[in-house]
Amino acid sequence: MAKPKLNLNRVPMPRQDPKKRGKNFNEVALGYSLEQAKEEASRCIQCKKRGCVAGCPVEIDIPGFIKAIGDGDMPEAVRILKSKNALPGICGRVCPQETQCEATCSLAKKGAPIAIGRLERFVADWERANMGAATSIDPPKPAGKRVAVVGSGPAGLTAAADLAKLGHSVTIFEALHVAGGVLMYGIPEFRLPKEIVQAEVDYVASLGVKLELDAVVGKLATVDELLNSDYHAVFLGTGAGAPMFMNIPGENLNGIYSANEFLTRVNLMKAYRFPEYDTPVKVGRRVVVIGGGNVAMDSARCALRLGADKVYIIYRRSEVEMPARREEVENAMEEGIEFRLLTNPKQMLGDEQNWVVGIECYEMELGEPDDSGRRRPIVKEGSEFTIDVDMVVEALGTRPNPLVASTTEGLETTRWGTLVADEETGKTVKDKVWAGGDIVTGAATVISAMGAGKHAAADIDAYLRG
Amino acid sequence: MYKILLKQDLVPGIHLFKVAAPAVAKKAQPGQFVVVRIDEKGERIPLTIADWDREGGSVTIVFMEVGTTTARLALLEAGGAIADFVGPLGLPTHIEKFGTVVCVAGGFAVATIMPIARAMRQKGNKVISILGARSQDLLFWEDKLRSLSDQLIVTTDDGSYGRKGVVTGPLKELLESGEKVDRVIAIGPSIMMKFCSLTTEPFGIKTIVSLNPIMVDGTGMCGCCRVSVGGETKFACVDGPDFDGHQVDWDLLFARQRIYLDEEKRSFEQWQRSVHR
Ligand SMILES: Cc1cc2nc3c(=O)[nH]c(=O)nc-3n(C[C@H](O)[C@H](O)[C@H](O)COP(=O)(O)OP(=O)(O)OC[C@H]3O[C@@H](n4cnc5c(N)ncnc54)[C@H](O)[C@@H]3O)c2cc1C
Ligand code: SF4
Ligand code: FES
Repeated sequence: MAKPKLNLNRVPMPRQDPKKRGKNFNEVALGYSLEQAKEEASRCIQCKKRGCVAGCPVEIDIPGFIKAIGDGDMPEAVRILKSKNALPGICGRVCPQETQCEATCSLAKKGAPIAIGRLERFVADWERANMGAATSIDPPKPAGKRVAVVGSGPAGLTAAADLAKLGHSVTIFEALHVAGGVLMYGIPEFRLPKEIVQAEVDYVASLGVKLELDAVVGKLATVDELLNSDYHAVFLGTGAGAPMFMNIPGENLNGIYSANEFLTRVNLMKAYRFPEYDTPVKVGRRVVVIGGGNVAMDSARCALRLGADKVYIIYRRSEVEMPARREEVENAMEEGIEFRLLTNPKQMLGDEQNWVVGIECYEMELGEPDDSGRRRPIVKEGSEFTIDVDMVVEALGTRPNPLVASTTEGLETTRWGTLVADEETGKTVKDKVWAGGDIVTGAATVISAMGAGKHAAADIDAYLRG
Repeated sequence: MYKILLKQDLVPGIHLFKVAAPAVAKKAQPGQFVVVRIDEKGERIPLTIADWDREGGSVTIVFMEVGTTTARLALLEAGGAIADFVGPLGLPTHIEKFGTVVCVAGGFAVATIMPIARAMRQKGNKVISILGARSQDLLFWEDKLRSLSDQLIVTTDDGSYGRKGVVTGPLKELLESGEKVDRVIAIGPSIMMKFCSLTTEPFGIKTIVSLNPIMVDGTGMCGCCRVSVGGETKFACVDGPDFDGHQVDWDLLFARQRIYLDEEKRSFEQWQRSVHR
């Protein structure tokens, strides 16, 4: 039989028009139709070597679910996907597939990897539209052990789901009033609708996981108290939620937000629907966002949608060093966000009322590579210039909230405040305590947090049965 | 949902709720606060804890109607419920045997100072309290605070009860009288805490204030509550709310409390329209 000809035409993702979408919070990417999904699925050559699976942190049977789409057997596609990934509607939207499964797909070398993320999203959306939450799995045999999961971000949700499937009785303690972590408070509606996060949280709850919201561990019960009362093991998935500031003059002026505050007001508290919702947020006319990651892109695009006339992103290195997903940088550019690269703030300028009116910046140039392997930005002396602004969002990264570590005996932390845990299993140096996600790695990705939750769940299960 | 077990209208515009929150009640300490969200559309606001009942599983809060959220809160009755009640947040007030402690409370902060005065007394301190209100009809819990204090001085701005004037008057006299004061705790409106701090500074007496910047989460994840103390930026919700009043950058606090003045007005007006329809 002749070798089938490779089809190198990726089916493009239908998206909202950039002019329109800059003014609303609706989802930007609209999702494939069934025909589009089948066409994209038909490009997969069902490799023996399965490069895609090797690139997936949770080892989804990618060719398997793609084949099911091609065969038109959607329930089977759902089953395959969900057996490894409890949160496919989320991953299909926000995972950096371009550096994971799609990077290792055999067709990547030809510049046209299978759009695995888009297909994953399609399957998840199909399930929600056609099967509801009804993908029932057989209830597992109760194992009689109780596990406390602290934090309901992707790490905690995944660990909880897996442990519940293994028959353990799991309670998640979450500090905020909703579950989901960054998926709820950080990533905006137009990239990850909250309804989808809620549906996937509900799915985890449907597995028998109990959710205790408004429960700040360390302030209510401490980890030691949890272990001494009801629980046989604890998983810490508390993320890296504490914002960093630049420590430059003028940073406490009115109108200067951490990205966490800005995004929390907009996404979690729905300030974009103020005054229908009670929480306000400032609507800047001229907004500067500092940073080059996903968080900076999200902040800039939120500011635009709230009604800013002009939004700048300033970043101290050049475009190639920007840690944000390529797709999101392109989306931001398309929407009219202006990038001022090789630019770094020197100080914020304010008026007599303490409101920010300007940001003084340096031009930068790139020197030798630093510890991170990226070329180090260096100040060009005498290059100062000022941008007029009425709002600034600092998206400079986050670090773990010290609350849990400081109220728990016997955990080991690094100098960045992250918890020390075994890379494979998530086991901390403290008896009966595991950790995973951003709390261990520092701010990273949804899927790596999920992978950590998965591995820890397996190890906790082994320990509890051991 | 957290059930309101009891509601008391203490004076016009100031209300007390006893809320069923057993886990919070178990852990509450003097000086800590809770973050409250009324319902799905509500904002998260911090309210200090006035009292708790560990066995009964309840926490008492006292609040004044100042904006949309507190006005909406005031419409709830016993038997009703609040969507979220998160706590106990913030660091507890530092309680120790200092010797003589002066507790100064402005307005409805008498509710906040009560557990602190009680704990200070239990530690063996001599407690002198100064309670100030705008006028007699806004004064409450005088007797309660008296029972926890070795001495109580009451002031009203308009002289309708007790001494006429503001709390800094008797505070200054006390310090000048030669009474050996080891610590001052001043809680109330920011302006009152600032002037108490200015009053005690020349005497070199450590003065603790409880700052009330705007907050969102109350757990250290947003930085909305940042204040400057001794030249350093602090997050009031996790590093405080108690700080050394002599080190606080008061002007910054006042400015940051005004960030949403326009929005607060808009929100309140729209809420009033919706209620009166
Ligand atoms: C704006 C933004 C955009 C992003 N975009 C992407 C993207 O496109 N793709 C991607 O892969 N990644 C993205 N990330 C990163 C990704 O969201 C995180 O790496 C991931 O969410 C980490 O998961 P986690 O479970 O470790 O922690 P989190 O999601 O941070 O969840 C931790 C949870 O623990 C709770 N918690 C903390 N302390 C306590 C306590 N003491 N008691 C109880 N609960 C507690 C927190 O409230 C929170 O809900 C983005 C992050 C942000 C902020
Ligand atoms: S590597 Fe690419 S082409 Fe091969 S099976 Fe995986 S998705 Fe299909
Ligand atoms: S209120 Fe968010 S950090 Fe203090």
